[in-house]
Amino acid sequence: MPTAPPNRLDFPRFLPVGDTGLLVEFGDAISLSLNMAVVELDRSLAKARLPGLVESVPTYRSLLIEYEPALIRLPKLIERIKLLLRASKPRSHGADRQLLVPVAYDEGSDEDLATASGLLGLKPDAVISAHVAAHYRVYMIGFMPGFAYLGGLPPELHLPRRNVVRSGAPEGSIMIGGIQAAIAARPLRTGWYVIGRTPVRGFDKTRAEPFLFRAGDNVRFRQIDDKEFERLVAKAAEGSLVIEVVE
Amino acid sequence: MTDVGARSVLLVRQQGQFVTVQDYGRMGWKRFGVPRSGAMDLLSLAVANVLVGNSLHAPALEFMFVGGEYELLAEGGRRVAVTGGSFPVFQNGKRVSAYRSIQLSRGDILRIGAAPDAVWGYLAINGSFAMPRELGSASTNVASGIGGLDGCALRAGDAVPLGTSVLDAGQPNVEQTFYAPQRPKSLLVRVVLGPQDNYFDPKSLDVLLSEPFTITHHIDRMGYNLLGPKLVHARGPDLISDGVVPGSIQVPGSGQLIALFADCQPTGGYPKVATVLSADIGRLAQSRPGSTVRFYSVTIEEAYEARLSFLRRFEQLYHQITTVSQDYVQQPQLV
Repeated sequence: MPTAPPNRLDFPRFLPVGDTGLLVEFGDAISLSLNMAVVELDRSLAKARLPGLVESVPTYRSLLIEYEPALIRLPKLIERIKLLLRASKPRSHGADRQLLVPVAYDEGSDEDLATASGLLGLKPDAVISAHVAAHYRVYMIGFMPGFAYLGGLPPELHLPRRNVVRSGAPEGSIMIGGIQAAIAARPLRTGWYVIGRTPVRGFDKTRAEPFLFRAGDNVRFRQIDDKEFERLVAKAAEGSLVIEVVE
Repeated sequence: MTDVGARSVLLVRQQGQFVTVQDYGRMGWKRFGVPRSGAMDLLSLAVANVLVGNSLHAPALEFMFVGGEYELLAEGGRRVAVTGGSFPVFQNGKRVSAYRSIQLSRGDILRIGAAPDAVWGYLAINGSFAMPRELGSASTNVASGIGGLDGCALRAGDAVPLGTSVLDAGQPNVEQTFYAPQRPKSLLVRVVLGPQDNYFDPKSLDVLLSEPFTITHHIDRMGYNLLGPKLVHARGPDLISDGVVPGSIQVPGSGQLIALFADCQPTGGYPKVATVLSADIGRLAQSRPGSTVRFYSVTIEEAYEARLSFLRRFEQLYHQITTVSQDYVQQPQLV
């Protein structure tokens, strides 16, 4: 018999994950307010520096916390988290960053932009315009190092992911699938549609901060041409490509 | 083929199966999609390190089933040890023992075969390895190209640079031995139910906790596919992606179990019916294809006691070493 859908009042929920994990769930949907709560708690925990906290992982609507039971146990950890939640004011730990990401559309796409456009009943230029016009938020980084899941894809660009996965999507792939958008930091096989490519490196292990995108970042895209793409790729390779970030 | 020059290296003459550099793991980067990695069997890694005089969690070579063949190119020789199971070990063709420190001289050839009672083996060497830490750890994650030797598994011809020996050349050899763990053909594994046990119908939870599951041949550092009675999803098999940990038992639409391990991606979209205790992950990882496991549910408090016990085992390792040679006794360095 299916269980009843969770009631709003049931949240936040505190679910043990084995003997070293705690999942704090804020809801059961992909929504801006739920993700803001996740990112807010993540930032609060970082500031609180609880002894025994190993790390935390923000995802769409929950925060996974890894802890060391030799130093802190669930009842105390949950109590401290509840205190942080009660004390928290919106955006009290800093505003979200605004990132402007250059994209060469149809670069690396290997027919995906044309295919997606056809399925959407739009000309490729209209797909590009809609993609560029939107405001996105990084909901989480997961699946692969530096892979950024974005919310905010306009409804006219929603289309089901493919059944057959394509290989050879390059690093920097700008992708759409389902109701989501994404930026890939490494080459991958995917069922999403690759509509363009950014020269910006989402993951560069030689950089002081190896990962560019974080949960809570606001992202917008700007269109560049092939020549500009090549120029920026060369800059990224020598470590001198700077992306516009507004804190 | 790397130019070895004057450096101390361990040369790979024949590659074993999926050999990578692993240490305790990489903490703090899961929020960026970077797995923890690290040894599949942390306790066996620690035993190998203690046997050669390293700190408990120093980088060692981890191999899957078959260890391969190595040549030591280091002045003054080095102490090495192999753990994880009853691996056949040969020094210059002569049979020596796993779970025992072995003194290798420069030019010695070490060969490690397959064990009947383990999946993962560890080759530790005094002084460990000299490669740079990436994102805070030497552990290799091949999928993301991070750590170890260029983020890859070792191949024939690779020269793995060694760290500085922590014993002076010329000290008498101290043979140290340990005892290989007993490995039953059918393993009892403790779990804490959840976090998505409520995604399954109650009969499925009974099945999970009463039926045997078989380890298939589809196993790797990310996870093990098990074969057994199907679990039934009460709410459908999809989940908004959330965090997972090594030890998570996820159940996709097939209803079959996947036990996740060190290289699992930090997030996933399948419901997780239960989580293996951190104290039992290593033992589960060492269960060979064809062997069976049964899951046993414990409370969080019992799980905590198991973890504290597990942590104590590491601390006790130094006291459990049996010194065979009485000529010279030295305590291994605690770094």
